Amino acid sequence: MTSDGENRAPAPAGEAPLSPERRAFVVRLSLGLMGLAAALVAVPIVGFLIGPLIRKFPDIWRPIGKAENFSVGKTVLVSFRDPSPMAWAGVTAETAAWLRRDPSGEFTAFAVNCTHLGCPVRWLPDANLFMCPCHGGVYYSDGTVAGGPPPRPLFQYPVRVNNGMVEIRTSAVPIG
Amino acid sequence: MNKVARAAMKIVQPLIDAFEERTGLIKMMGDLARHPVPPDTGWWYVFGSATLVAFMIQVVTGIALSTSYISSSGDAYQALQFITTQALLGNLLRGMHYFGASAMVLLVGIHMTQVFIMGCYKYPREFNWVTGVVLLFLTLAMGFTGQLLRWDQNAVWSIVVGAEQAGRMPVVGTMMAHFLLAGKTIGGATLSRFFAFHVFFIPAIIFAVVGIHLFLVMHDGISEPPVAGEPVDPATYHQKYDELIEKRGVPFWPDAAWRDVVFCVAVVIAIVVLAAIFGPPKLGPPPNPSLLARDPAPDWYLLWYFALLALIPHKMTTPVILLAPLVGVIVLLIVPIVSNTGERHPRNRPWAVGAVIVIVMMIATLWVEAIREPWSPDFTAQPLSAGIVGVSEGPIANGAKLFHEKGCEYCHQISGNGGHRGPDLSFVGDRLTKDDLTIRIMNGGYNMPAYAGNLSPQDLEDLLIFLGSRRHPGSAASGGK
Repeated sequence: MTSDGENRAPAPAGEAPLSPERRAFVVRLSLGLMGLAAALVAVPIVGFLIGPLIRKFPDIWRPIGKAENFSVGKTVLVSFRDPSPMAWAGVTAETAAWLRRDPSGEFTAFAVNCTHLGCPVRWLPDANLFMCPCHGGVYYSDGTVAGGPPPRPLFQYPVRVNNGMVEIRTSAVPIG
Repeated sequence: MNKVARAAMKIVQPLIDAFEERTGLIKMMGDLARHPVPPDTGWWYVFGSATLVAFMIQVVTGIALSTSYISSSGDAYQALQFITTQALLGNLLRGMHYFGASAMVLLVGIHMTQVFIMGCYKYPREFNWVTGVVLLFLTLAMGFTGQLLRWDQNAVWSIVVGAEQAGRMPVVGTMMAHFLLAGKTIGGATLSRFFAFHVFFIPAIIFAVVGIHLFLVMHDGISEPPVAGEPVDPATYHQKYDELIEKRGVPFWPDAAWRDVVFCVAVVIAIVVLAAIFGPPKLGPPPNPSLLARDPAPDWYLLWYFALLALIPHKMTTPVILLAPLVGVIVLLIVPIVSNTGERHPRNRPWAVGAVIVIVMMIATLWVEAIREPWSPDFTAQPLSAGIVGVSEGPIANGAKLFHEKGCEYCHQISGNGGHRGPDLSFVGDRLTKDDLTIRIMNGGYNMPAYAGNLSPQDLEDLLIFLGSRRHPGSAASGGK
């Protein structure tokens, strides 16, 4: 057979073109079936991608250290593990908080994230201030905004003393 | 042709003919390569193909790197160290991928500017401008996600910064932030998500949009160089363009394409040479979110935006984060809608040229500021030396010590030492009285914390004496202005 089809077999004599109604029907049928197939594939994909959003975030109290080991009035950096770290998370499962033992004996745990854009704030013990390296946000020792762009005080983690052990409740990365 | 070549061709030619008869690919490629284009396109038209070449470099170097990269939060850092220090040519390959990314961002910006300045986006090429805008933002998305795959401490904190910005969106902000993090914290799933975005999702979209972009280049033809006084009129444009192509058109290959080849090869050489000389960006400390000694910043192509967020009034942060990208997209998309006819030559479009100059100057200024980072406290500031203070004991010396310990020096400079966040205090004694200084120190200000309750009366007095002593040589000995 040549490329211009001169030897092409003739079309079967009995095959008539589709009527307009039937053509409209098969168009709708085809589009519907394609949409169904796309949905069948897309639903599990989208569900898989948004899975982390609906996965339950367990509340776990992580032990930080014996209460007696924390000096009154001192603010120190403590680190602890995520509530449900994946086996391959490595060091990324670590998280941190600034923990202070108040003169009353109570503990306060501040998130390390600046409330401006989430950068890691540092504690300056001599100045009694938290400072953010990114855009110069400053917080007082109680976490309230002292200057710069942060829109709100530092977030705090729930903290308790359980059988003499300071425990911090794991929480999500604080978002605006 | 020698005998061996003739004999070889006798065998190969029938195979080529058979392949061509069944596919038509050789003729199609030849027709594409030799399609007629306007004359005198010159060197301004090379940036689109150079951007494509930079993208292809990213694809091939990225594929090669992926053979050793491990998209696991716990292992990626070690894999990167292996690629950089042990794998054969791994350091060069990482460098090529980095400079290829830089070239792609730079070239897509130049290409877009050239298209805008020369009015190439006007009728009938409006939709191709739209695909170009999409490609611009996809390129920036590739840059950001690629930076995060450099899985060190900067990457981890950059993701947090990105999530925080997504979190500013009303209603769905927190959900968007957790979508980016692939959970509610940085962890095992975070890197895999960005790896998938960088390697599969975004490149797939880029390939599709580049395909449409190139199809439209063929469909509408390469835009002819603009001529002053010859405005675009949709009623007559096609007739004029067809006449131009018919009478004076030249085959793209090789008449016009040789310049693309020369420039693209120069781009490739530049990428390889820069990678060989400078190498890839150094890996920072491991990606441990509990290590805080980090000042996260994006790579250079987004650094200007980071500077913008630092310099705007604080209350504008959320509106700028939410609206600036949106406004940018909308402005770029409506360009061909509001201005798709009329003059194309930049000589007769002063507003267009002015807009480009203003935008380039704005971004350049923000870049310069981003490199200086005057808003960032200087945590490396050392205590002022006795030579600068002038004495080594007494209230002035104690005030200088407090100036460092209380963090003043992180934001204020004295005699070249300290940060730039606040005013330079080298000669503050000449311009502020003791009362002025007291009010500022105790009450704080826009960016400055209030030190009331944080300084003992004696410390405050010593600090005031020290600051009062910061005067120009020869000015009054004490007491301030």
